[in-house]
Amino acid sequence: MRKHILFLLALALTVSFRASAQSFLKNSQVNGSFQTDAQYYMLDPGIDINDLYGKKFGINGFGKVNYTNGDFSAGLRFEAFLPELNGFREELKGVGVPNFFATYDNGFIGMTVGDIYDQFGSGLVFRSYEEWSLGMDNALRGARIVLRPTKGVTLKAVYGRQRYYWAPYLDRNMSFDDYRGIVRGVDGEWNLNQSIPALNDSKFRMSIGGSFVSKKQEDQSLFYYIPENVGAAAARINLGYGNWAFSTEYAYKINDPSAINNYIYKEGQALLASLSYSQKGFGAVLQVKRVDNMSFKSMYTALQNDLDINFIPPINHTHTHSLPSMYTYSTQPNGEMAAQLQVNYTIPKGTALGGKYGTKLAFNMSQVNDIVRDSVMDNGHMVINRPGSLGYTSKFFAISDHRFFRDINFEIDKKISKDWHVTAQYINLYYDIETIEGHAGAPPVKANIAFADVTYKINRKQSIRLEIQGLWEAEVHKGYEYEESEKKDYQKRGDWAAALLEYTISPHWSFSIADKWNYGNPVAEFRDHYFTGNVTFVHEATRVMLSAGRQSEGVVCVGGVCRTVPASSGVTLTVSTSF
Amino acid sequence: MKKLMTLLLMALMVTGLHAQSKTDLPNITLKDLNGKDVNISKLSNDGNPIVLTFWATWCGPCIKEHNALNDVYADWQDETGVKIYSVSIDDSRSTAKVKPVVEGKGWDFEILLDVNSDLKRAMNVSNPPHTFLFDGNGKLVYQHTGYIEGGEEDLYEEILKVAKKKK
Repeated sequence: MRKHILFLLALALTVSFRASAQSFLKNSQVNGSFQTDAQYYMLDPGIDINDLYGKKFGINGFGKVNYTNGDFSAGLRFEAFLPELNGFREELKGVGVPNFFATYDNGFIGMTVGDIYDQFGSGLVFRSYEEWSLGMDNALRGARIVLRPTKGVTLKAVYGRQRYYWAPYLDRNMSFDDYRGIVRGVDGEWNLNQSIPALNDSKFRMSIGGSFVSKKQEDQSLFYYIPENVGAAAARINLGYGNWAFSTEYAYKINDPSAINNYIYKEGQALLASLSYSQKGFGAVLQVKRVDNMSFKSMYTALQNDLDINFIPPINHTHTHSLPSMYTYSTQPNGEMAAQLQVNYTIPKGTALGGKYGTKLAFNMSQVNDIVRDSVMDNGHMVINRPGSLGYTSKFFAISDHRFFRDINFEIDKKISKDWHVTAQYINLYYDIETIEGHAGAPPVKANIAFADVTYKINRKQSIRLEIQGLWEAEVHKGYEYEESEKKDYQKRGDWAAALLEYTISPHWSFSIADKWNYGNPVAEFRDHYFTGNVTFVHEATRVMLSAGRQSEGVVCVGGVCRTVPASSGVTLTVSTSF
Repeated sequence: MKKLMTLLLMALMVTGLHAQSKTDLPNITLKDLNGKDVNISKLSNDGNPIVLTFWATWCGPCIKEHNALNDVYADWQDETGVKIYSVSIDDSRSTAKVKPVVEGKGWDFEILLDVNSDLKRAMNVSNPPHTFLFDGNGKLVYQHTGYIEGGEEDLYEEILKVAKKKK
């Protein structure tokens, strides 16, 4: 009898399996992408590259495949760093499949196992993400549940351990330099307009949210008592009325001594707020931010961008042209006060200044200063930031005179005729290179920067673009005799000129040549040219780029996170495609 | 454990059986500028083509592409009924700027916010701008990465191929 039942069950299962397998295959989709960046390095005594240290090649590559079928999706990513390109972390070197996931989401409930990318609110207490061009990936390997019990309400829970280059995810992987903790968090968000029918189409908009995240780490320190559970919480609200919008998020973290904050036992806080007004042709946004001891990593000894649990966004304008982007600000997690104002306006078509196509104007100003730190009593002494102490106290609204960064810029974007288009910008910049890049003793960069970007359309397919940029630095010691040891801090300082000429044939081809010239460097031997040539071919989602020339030492920033790139000379090939 | 896995797998198979009509638009939920949820797989345009274009406020070529598309968008809509969804991949450092930039530049597209790059990952976008064209049934028919001057004309040729004749 039992045998029969089993047999029938097996038969039923086989039939239903075959039926569903067919439908499963019929509805399934596979897509993916692939990219490889390869560089061949050459000696170039002209820019002080006298030794390649045995590294002639660098290759960063990935390939990923996603499988989707209705509510189910799964994917994996292969990565290879053979070895990593110059400027990427050495720990990346290797080959493997560091990332995979499977998700089932029917709109009411969603479950993911594997490597998770997610964000609570603006990320002040939790954000896991990946940025290929920086070699950065803090995916959480574990599980996530998302619940949407009713319209407008989303609840999330995550649990796991973060990616740390190629380190294995064993439960007790207590090697000397890898004792990552477990990260777990919950988040809830309620959008009133979506859940209350009377508010569905209201001019008034409101949503609120809150999150709690904690890490559990083991204390391996010989010098300090490291708390084994560190919790952080955040609350947020978004309000809108007609053309107005206001949003804010506040985050708080209990004491979390770490290598980044110099092992102080102070709590952390962060506040982010923005107010904006927009209507057709005009938009303005004001943002403010306060950060105080808010670095949050799943291993207390981690440095740089490793194992970040949270993300503190820099709010200043992101420049894309090569000279202004040499000095890009990155958030100082130990403390900063920042404000930013941006205005976009289009002078309407058909007016005297607007002309036939309208004229687009943009103004942006941002400034970042340090917070004020007052001393605390520790073992009978008044101290600031002493390891093992409570660190300091800080008045919430007090702003230090120590300025990290200021950027005032104005842009005009004008289509002059059917064939001519001009974009021009002026930037006034203050950049505390000592704090931001750690060049001890180097004076801050105070620079005026201007560029013009002119496009001429030859015909329907072909066009020519010319870009001219200049950077003039006011107070850098020209003519001063530098000690050998000081020189390296002046590598990219002083005045610069840059030009780029590009010829494009739509939709496939682009050819360009460019030069950057550090003609006003205070150190004569650094007054170098950085020539590059570039050919790009694009077909649908496939891109092949070949470039050759010199790359100046600098900082590459994406998404507010930066990595330093050493000067190099050579050939670069990038191939990317998606399907 | 193995039994549980088998059950789970079967449950998934059965759901597969119930899966609805096939679309290349992924099952990902983003927010619009008013904070409302928008499920990408449910985007529809009365059987007319849909363009999905990825951009960011900090991406120069994206802004150029959007300006160029905006100049011709009204004509395209009249001629083909196409609808353009513009997906901003700005993260929390610049999401507050998206609406002022869009309005300040006078763009007429439907704007969606992909704050944590969920759709960007699902659609395998490496670098913006990246533009996808779907026909009236949600089938992916064309994509293009990067923007060079005149690129919008090539996109329009592809749109014309899948548009229902309007005139």
